[in-house]
Amino acid sequence: MLKRLLSVISLVLAACLGQAQAADETIKIGYVDPLSGTFAQQGDASLKHFAYLFDRINAEGGALGKKFEIVPYDSKLQPAEALIALKSITDQNIPFIMHCAGSNVAAALIDGVSKHNARNPTNRVIYLNCGALASDLTNEQCDFWHFRFDANTGMRAETLVRGLPQTLQSVYLVNQDYLFGQTLQKETKLYLGKLRPDIKIVGEELIPLGRVKDFSPYITKVKASGAQVLITGNWGPDLNLMMKASVEAGLDLAYYTYLAHVVGGPTSVGAMGENRLFTVTEFHPNVPSEQKSAEGEAFVANWRKSHDFDLFQMNNYALLKMLAAAINQAGSTDALKVALALEGQTVKDMMGHNYIMRKEDHQMLEPLYAAQFVKDVKYDSEKTGFGWKTVTAVEAENLAQPTVCKMKRPAS
Amino acid sequence: MSDAARSISAAKPRRAGSAMTWLWVLGLVLAIALPWFFYDLAKARHSGFMVSMFSQAGMMIIFALSYNMLMGQAGLLSFCHAVFFGFGGYVCIHALTGASNGAFPVPMEVMPLFGGLAGMALAIVFGFMATKQRATAFAMITLGIGELMATAALMFHHFFGGEGGITSDRMIDRSLFGLSYGQSIEVYYLIVFWTMLSVIGMFFLTQTPLGRMANACRDNFERAQFVGYDPKIVRFIQFSLSGLFAGIGGALYAISYEIVTFDSMAGPLSANALLMAYIGGSTVFAGPILGAVLITLLQSGVSLLSNSWLVYVGVLFITMVTFVPEGIAGIIMSHGPIRKAGKLGRLAVPYVRILVPGLIMVLGFVCLVELVSFQTIGAAQGKKLVLFGNPIDIASNIPWAIAIGGLIIGGIWLRFEAVAFGRVWDEITAELKRVEART
Amino acid sequence: MEIILVSLLNGLVYGMLLFMLASGLTLIFSMMGVLNFAHASIYMIGAYLAFEISRSVGFLPALILAPILCGAIGAAIEIWGLRRVHHNGHIAELLFTFGLVFIIQRGVQMIWGMLPMPYRVPPSLDFPLFTLYGANFPAYRGFMLLISAAMLLAIWLLLKKTRVGLIIQAALTHPNMVSSLGHNVPMVFTGVFAGGCALAGLAGVIGGNYLTTESSMADAMGPIVFVVVVFGGLGSLAGCFIASIIMGMIQTFAVVFDYTIADMFSPFFKIPEMDTLLGEILTVPMSRIGPLLPYAMMILILLIRPRGLLGTRDT
Repeated sequence: MLKRLLSVISLVLAACLGQAQAADETIKIGYVDPLSGTFAQQGDASLKHFAYLFDRINAEGGALGKKFEIVPYDSKLQPAEALIALKSITDQNIPFIMHCAGSNVAAALIDGVSKHNARNPTNRVIYLNCGALASDLTNEQCDFWHFRFDANTGMRAETLVRGLPQTLQSVYLVNQDYLFGQTLQKETKLYLGKLRPDIKIVGEELIPLGRVKDFSPYITKVKASGAQVLITGNWGPDLNLMMKASVEAGLDLAYYTYLAHVVGGPTSVGAMGENRLFTVTEFHPNVPSEQKSAEGEAFVANWRKSHDFDLFQMNNYALLKMLAAAINQAGSTDALKVALALEGQTVKDMMGHNYIMRKEDHQMLEPLYAAQFVKDVKYDSEKTGFGWKTVTAVEAENLAQPTVCKMKRPAS
Repeated sequence: MSDAARSISAAKPRRAGSAMTWLWVLGLVLAIALPWFFYDLAKARHSGFMVSMFSQAGMMIIFALSYNMLMGQAGLLSFCHAVFFGFGGYVCIHALTGASNGAFPVPMEVMPLFGGLAGMALAIVFGFMATKQRATAFAMITLGIGELMATAALMFHHFFGGEGGITSDRMIDRSLFGLSYGQSIEVYYLIVFWTMLSVIGMFFLTQTPLGRMANACRDNFERAQFVGYDPKIVRFIQFSLSGLFAGIGGALYAISYEIVTFDSMAGPLSANALLMAYIGGSTVFAGPILGAVLITLLQSGVSLLSNSWLVYVGVLFITMVTFVPEGIAGIIMSHGPIRKAGKLGRLAVPYVRILVPGLIMVLGFVCLVELVSFQTIGAAQGKKLVLFGNPIDIASNIPWAIAIGGLIIGGIWLRFEAVAFGRVWDEITAELKRVEART
Repeated sequence: MEIILVSLLNGLVYGMLLFMLASGLTLIFSMMGVLNFAHASIYMIGAYLAFEISRSVGFLPALILAPILCGAIGAAIEIWGLRRVHHNGHIAELLFTFGLVFIIQRGVQMIWGMLPMPYRVPPSLDFPLFTLYGANFPAYRGFMLLISAAMLLAIWLLLKKTRVGLIIQAALTHPNMVSSLGHNVPMVFTGVFAGGCALAGLAGVIGGNYLTTESSMADAMGPIVFVVVVFGGLGSLAGCFIASIIMGMIQTFAVVFDYTIADMFSPFFKIPEMDTLLGEILTVPMSRIGPLLPYAMMILILLIRPRGLLGTRDT
């Protein structure tokens, strides 16, 4: 934080005095996420992941002989702030802007980066999307300068449906009433229809985001419908309170979720979730031991020495590894060259799984795991005594989904 | 001086050529010249960050001034002001799309007016309901309106676009001056132009009978009724006009960022307006301008340096509310009579004497907050605490001792000096009163 | 029939939770006219303190200690903060509590971190009380109902039947007279504010493990509590109670009934499918806008009857 004081002062002084800034020995990546206020938790968790992952990538050699350095900015979950941060990043000629949380910010950035690059061709920047999952961003709204390094809603829906038990007959869908939740609802229905037409959707519900305190009336409806499984993309209090209400009412349901593994999820659910709770995640602490990878286990064990929550953002490790490979391939950090080198890149994680960056829509394909919350696992989550066990794993190659993206490619 | 007397004196007509007019002109010149102080000669371009921040400040000046039309001038506490700002923005962004595809061929320079009209239209609709009441009932109605609109913005996708919002392109190729508005510096000057127009407009309003009656209704609505004006009508018109200017601000937001999302209508932005108007000084016309600039600097500037900037906002707020309720501008204006009597020089030394301990105390507080924040949050995030190139080791006692010592010593010393300062101030004011009584 | 009975019960529980939170605020708002934005923040502090105490000592001590601590915090805020700001007007007091919200939130994040706390229902209360139409009614909810009813009774008794209560009521409308009679009016106000905060703390103890305990819980609960207080009317505890129950019922029933505006018209004429803004407004189901209904109702009642439902003071 106080380091920023130095660089901001030097920036202003340099601007006033018109002197070029000293050549940097590091490759900087601007990172924009909520770091203060109500949603600070999301930025905080990602920042801690990045601290660990940056150390690892730099230990693996960085790129072009230089180390990577993260430059965090506080988006306060507001598009205007993120766009101002973008200006600060481009002022310093930093060619990469990374962002994970908030579809309103993502929409602003994908548009802002595209327009900036068109209007300032000598100072272009690549938007590395590490977490905004709405599928539009690599379909209708796709852009050449945007690269998504996390499985989108469609890929997760497919994995979740593949993870459903064969004997299942009826499901109830509950999601939050905003773009992300609505997209999840749509995609879940789509893949249920495609892969499991035998399952009946006996009810669906869209709840206002973060406002419902008492889920009993919803649970009443679910009970009346006779569903065996509840599929939901709820996160935070919306997931936790819903499960509480349902367990307290004595309903014998299984919960197939998209976000129960995110920081704070296991703590809130606790014993309530034993055997009932499922999630779709990029990674969980027991994956390396399940796949007998000593290197992966060491990676996880090292993290657990200084962190109370799970390491699950393996996609961000792939992001950094791909970026390093692309920079090395391009031989520079020029945005256009790196972007062209990123397309089609493939990297492997410690367990040997592939991560592929597709050229047609800049969506990264990654392995996804449908996992169950159980007691007898080697590594528990957030000191609850329960942890994740993989039920179904889907490889990156099998998650290639069709896209309607028609990308406008820059001339030069 | 009482609040009422102060606000009336602040709204007195300026004689041509008086000092205040020159001050406004100076402000305008500064606004025009400001981006050039941050011009990077090596890269031959303006600092994009600085220009963005100044543009944001410009929009917020209009927004805060329009809010003060309600709070400072009419005594109406509104919690839904951002609704008009955001609505003006949404209408403007749709208008930009319309201008690009020919459905709405209006030049860019005139665009903000349509955002303003939209804001005014919505303010008329809501104002019709809200201004039937006053004081707390009014505030609660606006709270309800604010919550409803913010959630409606998320639910109805056609007009509001969900949380992705609505985007458009500001390079619509229609301009009275042939500008493309591709570069942010061009947008900045558009904002300066419209800010100037809005400031003149709102100032002009304070000089009209409407403005004066709004003041009267704020001070004593019963008596205002006896004068012959219905306070409800006065409140209604004032509310609608404040919506006009808020809408202009929102339109400039849409043009500058080319995206409008639900949070330009949400509660936190309305709260921001309240902050800016109050901290700047709601009893002086120019107060919210100072407040808007300060809060923009805090929000976009200080947040670069510290993730605890909200604590500083909260403390600043509490300090202002407790010790300086008339705001920064109010404090400056209270020096007016002293300056006129030529006694300002006597305050020079006392000011230095409170500035030094004050600075020590503030620095001590900031250091303490940053140390605690780093220890509990920042360290795990992989950050490093560095002051002027020297890494600070939080395990050792020295930084903590300096911070806590500075806070305590500065605080105690400040108390002494503040008492002494108060004595000098009272002396001077007493002298002025004696002079007044004699003449 | 089954749906209606179950929903009635659910609505009652939710309404009582709202009442727990709102009762403290209505005391402060009615008595002192202070719009205490930090009320939900005190609720949050109560929950966190209860978590810590129940972790080291037990739930019962937490139930007693946490509210007392919150009351002490409230008293401190009033003596060293609000009292000084009082003469600057109502807006100043409001803004003061507003500034507190930011500081408390960051403070909580710094002390306890950003993750939610595993504050759980104590095992002694974690069993089903009875079964209604196949769904369990947990004992903890019964406990909540009990505590809120006890709260209601205690406050009512205090205000109406004790000397202290009479003094408080008098100080509300005639502070100068009460002061001339020899009562320490500032102390009365401090006591009321501390009492209101203690009630918020108690709500936090109960609500913290019923809902979630994290640094954003104040933002979640804040607005709805104001709506309840204003709807019920200032100066009236009964109004607050009735308003809480009404709000609880409305939000519960709105979820259960899936009607849209288009459905209302469907017996008369069929509204065509429209892919426009108007179409969207007409087809939004009741369950999606349920949580918004309290705000709409508050606006309505303020327009018709600005004193609120049973208010004795003009808002």
